[in-house]
This record gives sequence, C-alpha cells and structure tokens, in this order.
Amino acid sequence: MVPRPFRLRQVRRETSDTFTLELEPADSAEGFCFRAGQFNMLYVFGVGEIPISISGNPANPRVLTHTTREVGTVTKAMGKLRRGDVIGVRGPFGTPWPIEQAEGADVVIVAGGIGLAPLRSALYHLLAQRDRYGKIVLLYGTRTPGDILYRRELQRWRAQFDLEVHITVDRALSGWRGNVGVVTSLIPRAPFDARNTVALVCGPEIMMRFAVLELQRRGVPPSHIYVSLERNMKCGVGVCGHCQLAPFFVCKDGPVFSYDKVQHLLEKREI
Amino acid sequence: MPQSGAEGKKRFVLLASQFQQLFDALKRLGYQIIAPTLLDGAIVYERVESVNELPVGFSDEQRAGVYRLKRRGDRAFFGYAVGPRSWKHYLYPPRQRLWQAKRDGDGGFRVIPEQEQTPRYAFVGVRACELAAIAIQDKVFLNGQYRDEYYQRRRESALLIAVNCAYPAGNCFCSSVGTGPRVREGFDLAITEVLNGKSHLLVIEVGSERGAAVLEGVDVQIATEEQWQQAQQAVDSATRRILKRLDTTDLKELLYRHLDSPHWEAVAKRCLTCSNCTMVCPTCFCHTVEDITNLQGTVAERWRRWDSCFHIDFSYIHGSPVRVSEASRYRQWITHKLASWQDQFGMLGCVGCGRCITWCPVGIDITEEIRALRRSEEGRVAPTVPKEESDANT
Repeated sequence: MVPRPFRLRQVRRETSDTFTLELEPADSAEGFCFRAGQFNMLYVFGVGEIPISISGNPANPRVLTHTTREVGTVTKAMGKLRRGDVIGVRGPFGTPWPIEQAEGADVVIVAGGIGLAPLRSALYHLLAQRDRYGKIVLLYGTRTPGDILYRRELQRWRAQFDLEVHITVDRALSGWRGNVGVVTSLIPRAPFDARNTVALVCGPEIMMRFAVLELQRRGVPPSHIYVSLERNMKCGVGVCGHCQLAPFFVCKDGPVFSYDKVQHLLEKREI
Repeated sequence: MPQSGAEGKKRFVLLASQFQQLFDALKRLGYQIIAPTLLDGAIVYERVESVNELPVGFSDEQRAGVYRLKRRGDRAFFGYAVGPRSWKHYLYPPRQRLWQAKRDGDGGFRVIPEQEQTPRYAFVGVRACELAAIAIQDKVFLNGQYRDEYYQRRRESALLIAVNCAYPAGNCFCSSVGTGPRVREGFDLAITEVLNGKSHLLVIEVGSERGAAVLEGVDVQIATEEQWQQAQQAVDSATRRILKRLDTTDLKELLYRHLDSPHWEAVAKRCLTCSNCTMVCPTCFCHTVEDITNLQGTVAERWRRWDSCFHIDFSYIHGSPVRVSEASRYRQWITHKLASWQDQFGMLGCVGCGRCITWCPVGIDITEEIRALRRSEEGRVAPTVPKEESDANT
C-alpha cells in the first residue's frame, strides 16, 4: 500500500511545540473521507512514516487536517515543512469514535494535551448534529496555559450556550484565572447524567486510567466509556505486529476501544 | 507418466537414482529450485540445480541450544529435520523494497510501486510442520482486510514439494500441535523416502494439477501396495520417535491467567533478547520499515525488514518503549505465539518445528516454559533451568 501525495495548504503553529497541517490531495480533486477518531500514516519524504490521528472536520473531505507535537524525527521534520510542500498519506485507518451510537445521550469528552486533536473531529460532528445529543461537555487539561490547543475555537465554543467547556492546567502562570489541577478533577462536578452518558477519552495512558476511574465513580458504565490508545505502528493494517495489545491490533481493532474491552489489559504493566 | 489405476491412485514411485529427473523437469518448467543444502555447518534452504547438492547422507542432532551435523552412513536425501532457515525466507523475504519515491520539481514527489520480477520457486523438501507454517502465514498476509501483494505474488507462483519426516530431531513436537510428521494437505507433490538395505525409493503422492504436470517428464511407476505400506511405516516410526510434548489443553487461558506471573522474571534471567527465536520461527511475521534516500535526496525508498518483539524499540512510543523489561518481551512472544494468535487468527502460532529451542543460545525451551507455568498452578516450584540445558555445553 503506497502513500498518496498531499500538498500542504497551510501550516499553523498552535503552541510552542505543536502545529496543525492542512492538506489537500496533490494527485486529484478527489477528497479524503474519514470518520472522527481514525488516523493516517503520514510520510515525510525520505525521513519516515508515523501514525497521526485526524483532527479536522469529517464533513469536509476537501481538507485533511492533522495536529501533532514535535517529539521525534518525523514530527520534527514535519514541523519544518512549508506551504506547498508535499507529504505522503496512507489511510484512513482504525475504529472511529461511537458518535452515531451516542445519539440521544449526554456526551462527555475528556482530553489531555495533544489528545484533544482526535476529539476535535468528534466535536465537529456533535456540534453539526447538535439536536441529536443531550448535554455535551468538554473537559480539557494541559500542562500550562501556553499549551492550550485550538485556543480561538475553544473560546468560540465556550461562548455557545449548548456546549460546556472546562479547562484546567497542571501549572498556572501569572494571569491564569482558570482551574488548576489534573483533568480528572473536573469530572466529579461536570454536568451530565451518568446513567445516560457516552464518554470519549484521549490523552496519556495514565491520565485515561484515572479519568475512567472518575467516570465510573460517577456511575458511567465501562461499556459507555471509550478510550483512544497509542502504540508503535509501522503498517496501519494489522500485519507489522508492532501495535499488539494481547489479542488486539490497535491499528485495526482500535485505536478507539470501549473500556470494558481493554480494562483488564491496561491494568497490566508493559503489556 | 503412466496412467494411474484405481488402486494406485495418485501414488507413484521413483528410483532414487533417477531423482535428478524431477529436478530437470522442474527446471524445464521454469522453476527456480530451492532445497535443503549444506551451508556453514547447517542444513539450509538455498537455490540448487542438482540432487547432488542435497545434504546426502547427513543427519542433524538437535537439543536445546544445540545443532550439529552428523554422517548417517547411508545415501539418504532427507535424513534430517528442519534447519535454521524456513521457507518464509523466500515467501516473505527478510528485506524487501516496497516502493520508491522520486522528487518532482515543485516540492512534491511521485511514488513508484515496486515492480519486482516475482521468482517462480519450486520448494523441495517442505516438511509437514512447514506446510502448516505456510498455511498460517497465508492467513496472516492474505486472509485479512488487507492482502499483502508482495507475499501473494510469491506464494501463488510457488510449487510445494513436501517430504514426509522419517527422522525427527530432538526438539520436534509437531505431533503435539497436530501439524505432523505426516504431510496431509497443502502440497503439490509429497515425497516419502524409503531406504531399505539396497532398495532406495521415493514414493510420491500428487496433491494438485501443477504437481501432476511436473511428473509428466519423469520416469515414475505406479506405486505398489507394498511400496506404499513401506512409506507409511517410515512415517509411523517417525511419529513414535517424537518424544517432546506440548500440552495444548486450554493453552490460551493458561497464558492469559499468567500475565502477572513471577515466572517471566525467571525466564528473563536466562533470555538474552537476541531475537534468534523469532528469526528462525517459520510463522513470526512482525516487521519494521526503513526509509532511505540517495545522497542527493532526490530518490527515497521504503523497505520492510523482519523485526522482533524482543527488540526494545519494537514497542517504542514517544518517551519510552511499552515493553522495557526482558520479562515483558518474552511474555509477549510466548503469549502471542500460543494465546493471542488464537484470538487473532483462530489457530496456534506454533507448528512444533522446535527451531526456537534449537537456535536459542541459552536453550530456552517453549515447551518447558509452558510446563513450568502449569506446575506453578499445581503449587509446586517451577525449575528455573530446563533439564536439557545442563548438557547443552557438553
């Protein structure tokens, strides 16, 4: 399976170490269809290929959007790309967020750091179909106020009356008047009906474990809690073996799992 | 080839002295012959032209961490078990280019899919456990949502000439996992070598039209009932000589119960995480990819290369690998082989060929480790050193 070339329409700096790429197909006018929660394998010419979740609007196939953090060889090379440059795309891969199944229920989104990126795709869908859902709550935690992604969008959403946005930071700096503490601390007082809620969780694995505990404490059953997992991936189609989590290939059986499927595994060390 | 009667249906016999005819027929049909041959003190599968390149008169002694060639004192073509190389070396090569990309003038690039001339192999000497291993890799590469075209091309053009095992080695346990030693399906031709005093015959079963076509140009006779029975006896005696056992009862449940077992630490004290077991395993399919460029940076290539779950960077995600400890990596390997493989592909990932035991430099024995887990459930203390390891250095 070979990568398809996509041209960079725009590179936007989000924070000091994150950026968003807006891409369009370089080979044809055919757009890119995906479902919120899926990911692509992104290839930088001669450098390498990595899995990155899609953070754009699933209703807009003309633009493919990825937000990523500069942490490794490929993401650092990606951060140096400019408008007009071309990267390779294979995908979309993996399971989506269960946004259709969540219709009629409250939706709680718990995001940690860059984990907001794949959840933004879900938010676009939820807001576009707003009347099909009960309460929608976004709980978002970052390290510092400077690490908050999609700042303007969050401000706009926060001003809407049909979406609750709560943000917290691990370390406040002067001028921050919001919450301080881990994102899990927002769960006990978030307004949702635990008996009729679907929770979507993405962030560092340790954060997800504690977020799930808090959600369960509120009464959300594990089968209504969905997590998006990260593992090493080379192929995206379940043959390279790198992303195995006991019986699962995270690339094709995930990355989105209902928590009751993976709970017993995430409680094991180094699995 | 004579027409086969109802009695000797699809069973033929070829004199050992005329075995070369079969090789010549394969070459006439355009096959590249891959067969067992001696290389660096071991029997490996390599390209050969003549039956004289087979390890005629050789046998192999195999124990945990031990592999040694021995003279048999006869002229047997197939008087040994499996060596360090498996057929996956040819169907799923250790390194394979997947595609190239060339820079355009305007910051872009063009991807050029790999246009390899697919070799048309005839594998001679495929054992029953190896046919099972090929069937497993078929499932991995061809039966999922994604079909691996590189594997598919090689697999579809390959002719499989199986050989029934008459001389199993010390680490063989195919009979425990139901894959051998008798060849049952998935072959084009199947040979049983019968060597009784001065009589040296090859009894040949036909498994496919393609196999039958090869015999067209070979002086085979219809096998008599006596010859057929002699062939059966050769395999029967092999079955009796397989002494190693793997109890597969509830194997998946056993391993999933033991994810937290302290036994993995005991194995980790011996395991060097060298990855030998995964390289010699005929079913291990994990690979990584390498992206390279030419010096000018105008041409890039993607290669895939066999990888191993024993390498520390195998599970790397930003910050740290998931499986840092040696214990977690051994647990991953054996749990995948014998438990999660069943969830993923509906079958065991082990065919009982014993390669991982023979080629482990410290003689870790997959069957012993399972036995140790079972013993730990009986409340007895598992030995930390397998029995066979103690004489590995003699």
